[in-house]
Amino acid sequence: MSSDVHAHAHAHDSADAHAGTRSGQLIGFGASVVLTAIPFLLVMTGSLDKQATALIIMAFAAVQVVVHMVFFLHMNTKAEGGWTMMALIFTIIMVVIALSGSLWVMHHLTTNMMPVHEMGQTP
Amino acid sequence: MFDTANLTKLIFGRLTLESLPLHEPIIIGTFAMVALGGAALFGALTYFRLWGYLWKEWFTTVDHKRIGIMYMVLGIVMLLRGFADALMMRLQQAIAFNGSEGYLNSHHYDQVFTAHGVIMIFFVAMPLVTGLMNYVVPLQIGARDVSFPFLNNFSFWMTTAGAVLVMCSLFVGEFARTGWLAYPPLSNISYSPDVGVDYYIWALQVAGVGTLLSGVNLICTIVKMRAPGMTMMKMPVFTWTSLCTNVLIVASFPVLTAVLALLSLDRYVGTNFFTNDFGGDPMMYVNLIWIWGHPEVYILILPAFGIFSEVTSTFSGKRLFGYTSMVYATVVITILSYLVWLHHFFTMGSGASVNSFFGITTMIISIPTGAKMFNWLFTMYRGRIRFELPMMWTVAFMLTFVIGGMTGVLLAVPPADFVLHNSLFLVAHFHNVIIGGVLFGLFAGIAYWFPKAFGFKLDVFWGKMSFWFWTVGFYFAFMPLYVLGLMGVTRRLRTFDDPSLQIWFVIAGIGAVMILLGIASFLIQIAVSILRREQLADVTGDPWDARTLEWATSSPPPAYNFAFTPVVHDNDAWWDMKRRGYARPLAGFKAIHMPSNTGTGVILAGLSTTMAFGLIWYMWWMAAGSFVALLAVAIGHTFNYHRSFHIPADEVVSVERARTELLAAGAKS
Repeated sequence: MSSDVHAHAHAHDSADAHAGTRSGQLIGFGASVVLTAIPFLLVMTGSLDKQATALIIMAFAAVQVVVHMVFFLHMNTKAEGGWTMMALIFTIIMVVIALSGSLWVMHHLTTNMMPVHEMGQTP
Repeated sequence: MFDTANLTKLIFGRLTLESLPLHEPIIIGTFAMVALGGAALFGALTYFRLWGYLWKEWFTTVDHKRIGIMYMVLGIVMLLRGFADALMMRLQQAIAFNGSEGYLNSHHYDQVFTAHGVIMIFFVAMPLVTGLMNYVVPLQIGARDVSFPFLNNFSFWMTTAGAVLVMCSLFVGEFARTGWLAYPPLSNISYSPDVGVDYYIWALQVAGVGTLLSGVNLICTIVKMRAPGMTMMKMPVFTWTSLCTNVLIVASFPVLTAVLALLSLDRYVGTNFFTNDFGGDPMMYVNLIWIWGHPEVYILILPAFGIFSEVTSTFSGKRLFGYTSMVYATVVITILSYLVWLHHFFTMGSGASVNSFFGITTMIISIPTGAKMFNWLFTMYRGRIRFELPMMWTVAFMLTFVIGGMTGVLLAVPPADFVLHNSLFLVAHFHNVIIGGVLFGLFAGIAYWFPKAFGFKLDVFWGKMSFWFWTVGFYFAFMPLYVLGLMGVTRRLRTFDDPSLQIWFVIAGIGAVMILLGIASFLIQIAVSILRREQLADVTGDPWDARTLEWATSSPPPAYNFAFTPVVHDNDAWWDMKRRGYARPLAGFKAIHMPSNTGTGVILAGLSTTMAFGLIWYMWWMAAGSFVALLAVAIGHTFNYHRSFHIPADEVVSVERARTELLAAGAKS
């Protein structure tokens, strides 16, 4: 039954007409190349300062993840009756909770509990 | 040329004759008993020529029902081991006063409490919960098997492999002496140079593969294989809680795998993730393992909540009160269970803002849980309640679990936790919720679904004995621990200085003996029920006048579960079918496509065991050889094209005719 839904979505939904087709693969490939090339250029030319470069690379990486999911993994809101999107959202929530929570907790623990090695910094 | 010492080391790694605990009389005695029992079992199986039967019909089976039963057997066997550890601790703590050292040295005692925790969570509660889900979920959703039947068999054997490794550590080498979560720096190589922590790591890693795969399998089964008409909001509550539990498994077990992998890197190749020096941070381990650990306790309790929901509505003869709120409460608990992990280490020093956030999220969890409790009460309200065994366990659960829940909310208050952290109050709290919640739920589930699995009910007299010994024994064993915890006694102590505490430990010991009688009664109950199976037989397939689809088929169900896939129109599908005068189809049977048995799961799990054993003892040739063989067998299995067969229509006809005759005979008598 779900495979019917899948086929149906492919045949009629213009929104993801690119997904799974040759043009879709090419668009994805082109986008990935551009998204990879720009960070490389930034690092090689060193035209921006370090922090800005790092932030831009992270941002491009995030966009790259989305490009891969849409054009290569064919993810959209309708695949598998919406379960794929639901699983994605759940995963993102879990990962965000685990990562941000750990960073927050560990930051506090480090500040409060870890021994200070450089004696010069102690007040 | 050859240096014998080096050669021995190459072959046996760290394993020497001294690794065998020949100097520990208690372990030697246990080993003798186990060896004698094992030899007797082996002899009996050989004498009655049962090996072929077991291999063909059970070990290699891909039938979710048989795999479910094997999980239950594993859980019950490991319960005996885990409970033996508990009794040893209770005896030690009851006598180690007034200068007495008790009868366990610290080396042995520390292993005992570690093994008790690990076994009870990973190899008792998890297999029993997974076993019930495996058995019941496909039947409840009207499916013929799980989505990936071979994977199911493989998962079971990986779990068993983990259990085998833990049992191995009793007689070859030693188990961890670190407590059940193996916190570094104690579990690091500098403080635990022996094999104990390695046994711990590899047993959990091997079993973890099984748990994770079984989680994937059951999610897929529930999402994809429901009978036509069963929308998400028409699923039985047990199926809902199983879905949420398996989502939790899939989301949280990778964290455990990762954190144990980091710990093993610290131990094997000298990295410094969790060491005291070189920038390592043991607190990161505590943080990560509880990101897995807190969802884990909900993995255990959610299916129990599902069991209580099924039992309450069945034995009250009513539709479950507040089905929708029950589902939402389950989903909310699933999400919230990820937001509370820090309450396990309030005292580690995160400070006020972090502690209050996690304290509040922890208290919030009690709201959906409380909603569930009221739903069960309102289901019972004005119901025609039948106090059969499953219902008795459910009532005991409601009373006991509420106490455990309230002490939990108390512990969620950070200032209170600073007093109670790592005290016996905490020990009493989590035993209160795990025994009073998970275990009572499992016993309710076993009593409830046993007739479905075997075609006869469990004996009521011995069931009541077990029930009363367990419940009364529980209160005797753990209420004194609350008292002791409030007086400031910490957990995992081996000897005591203050003689005034002894009486409480003696009472707790008496409680443990009562629980022992409860376990014995449970085993007697099963034996007596098998002997009296003629009187206890149920031919209808629906002995409790129940409500969900698993009761629509025969007991035990045929290999294919349902000759025709049922169509669902309502919650409580079977109740709805009965009310509308459902007539069993008697003709038109077709051949049924089923998966074939395969021994690959057993072989892969066996190779994983030897690989883990090699890694534990530094027998690198064994680990590498097993790993290569593991890959070869796994790849080889992909070329096995004999994966399914058809049950011929004639056979379906004869099975269904036998059921028709049984039903007619049952109706006459």
